[in-house]
Amino acid sequence: MTSPAHRKSYGVKGAPYAFLLPAATLFALFFVLPIGYAIWLSFRKVHVSGLGLGVGARKEVWAGLENYKDALTDNEFYHGALRVLGYGCIVVPVMLGLALLFALMLDTERVRLAPFTRLAIFLPYAIPGVVAALLWGFLYLPSVSPFYYILDKLNLPQPDLLNGGALYLALSNIAVWGGTGFNMIVIYTSLRSIPAEVYEAAKLDGAGPLQIALKIKIPMVAPSLVLTFFFSIIATLQVFNEPTTLKPLTNSVSTTWSPLMKVYVDAFGKGDIYSAAAEATLIAIATLVLSFGFLRAANRRNKQEAAP
Amino acid sequence: MSSLAVRKAAPAAGTTPGTAQGPPLRRRIALIPTLTLLLGAIYTLLPVAWVVIASTKSGSELFSTFTFLPGSGFAENLKDLSAYRDGVYWKWMGNSALYAGLGALLSTGVSAFSGYALATYRFKGREAIFNVLLAGVLMPPIILAIPQYLLMAKADITDSYLSVLLPQILSPYGVYLSRVYATAAVPSDVVEAGRMDGASEWRIFTRIAVPMMIPGLVTVFLFQFVAVWNNFLLPYIMLSDDEKFPITLGLFTLLQQGNNQPALYTLVITGAFLAVIPLIALFLVIQRFWSLDLLSGAVKS
Repeated sequence: MTSPAHRKSYGVKGAPYAFLLPAATLFALFFVLPIGYAIWLSFRKVHVSGLGLGVGARKEVWAGLENYKDALTDNEFYHGALRVLGYGCIVVPVMLGLALLFALMLDTERVRLAPFTRLAIFLPYAIPGVVAALLWGFLYLPSVSPFYYILDKLNLPQPDLLNGGALYLALSNIAVWGGTGFNMIVIYTSLRSIPAEVYEAAKLDGAGPLQIALKIKIPMVAPSLVLTFFFSIIATLQVFNEPTTLKPLTNSVSTTWSPLMKVYVDAFGKGDIYSAAAEATLIAIATLVLSFGFLRAANRRNKQEAAP
Repeated sequence: MSSLAVRKAAPAAGTTPGTAQGPPLRRRIALIPTLTLLLGAIYTLLPVAWVVIASTKSGSELFSTFTFLPGSGFAENLKDLSAYRDGVYWKWMGNSALYAGLGALLSTGVSAFSGYALATYRFKGREAIFNVLLAGVLMPPIILAIPQYLLMAKADITDSYLSVLLPQILSPYGVYLSRVYATAAVPSDVVEAGRMDGASEWRIFTRIAVPMMIPGLVTVFLFQFVAVWNNFLLPYIMLSDDEKFPITLGLFTLLQQGNNQPALYTLVITGAFLAVIPLIALFLVIQRFWSLDLLSGAVKS
């Protein structure tokens, strides 16, 4: 650095911190403090002496790992996690598969109606999850749904989408419908950043569109596939709105269907904020472990591929 | 493009150049991709088309006539919805506009400050601060919302507009996008030239950097507007007074009551239809001068 520039930058030393002050303050107040408080609560419990009446009869005491032990051995919490796992195994591959397919199709030469279809497929992004669940909920409801009307007229069997195993498909469909467009845009954007020369050589070698897609395009957008996969896992683990909204339409969605719903019920239904805090902490840890594990695995693969 | 394509493109200016082989009309449309995309569009538009049509049906038509046949009750549904609990529906819409509009505006400001600082200055702890802010994306909203609620209960500000507005101002994704845009759009020699001219850091930011970052900041605003408008969990936890509900929570409570009285279904459906209009309209209008690509942080350099 030359000396005048150094003098200048000395004068602006405090500026970046001043610009970051609002974000840092909000981060401390609405991220760090609540997370710290939740972790603190997760190690506490209420000790009730006597009948729990009168001043001082209910006292908050140290609980150690008791809440965590309870959460990990809790049957409902465990089953909620399994349900979300099953749901995620449908949502993530189907949603990203469709997003990749649509992105590749948009990137094909001589495709028609691309701007219209691109906007249409992206449209659900603008629709709140609650409203999406509500719309599909009605479409699953035999008394209102056009699908059931057609099935009825054709004398075909009418599946019950709101109960049993089909419920997973019904819920997954809502997430796929809502999320495909956004992921498609992310993948399509990175497809378009591939320089045209890359394809020219392959075309001269006689590669068809399918081969170009499989051998060149997909490997080149791998980083954005990793990114969308990563965000989809996080979103799936946190599923709450869709099952909560479908609940009024079916008895098969319990109030504790997903782990997050159980946290809500424990905190506000039962008023046991300590167990809820422990469960929420466990979900956060699972999210962090999964995401970092995944990112590390993805990085390692990239390095391996780059090495030879 | 190959020389063949260039020669071919000359007569049909404006259309995508096709290759030289085959009958021109059949070769010019890629049939399978176009059909696949159309199927995708039908899939995404179907529920929207359904709600548009269903909102025109009166209560009895909803359960008796074929769903994709328009009914005759839209005006009445609208009247019923507006009359429901003294027009609380429009109150919800207003609340959503307030939460999303003001929230997104403040969020864009904070993101612009942070993104600009992280992009243009070299300072101690820069990457650490950025990574810590980004880690916020990973936090499940409920692990934040419950302790936020408990802490706000101590400060006695739950069930208020502030309790929904404040936690949504800082958006890790917004900070990330702002940094990407500032890095791409604000050249460091322009900033340095401003300093040479003796402009203060604040002046350089407001007069030079912000105008350059505008397209990116519009994206941050839109992204956060949609995120707040669509948020359900936070208001669900924070609010109990339905006069302060946003539209998502309002529709949810309406659906819950409809569970016992199917007559309310027509209100829920009409309400859902009206609730998606503002965001769809916003996207269609903004589409004209805004590229969807910006949303994924892609910037042309």
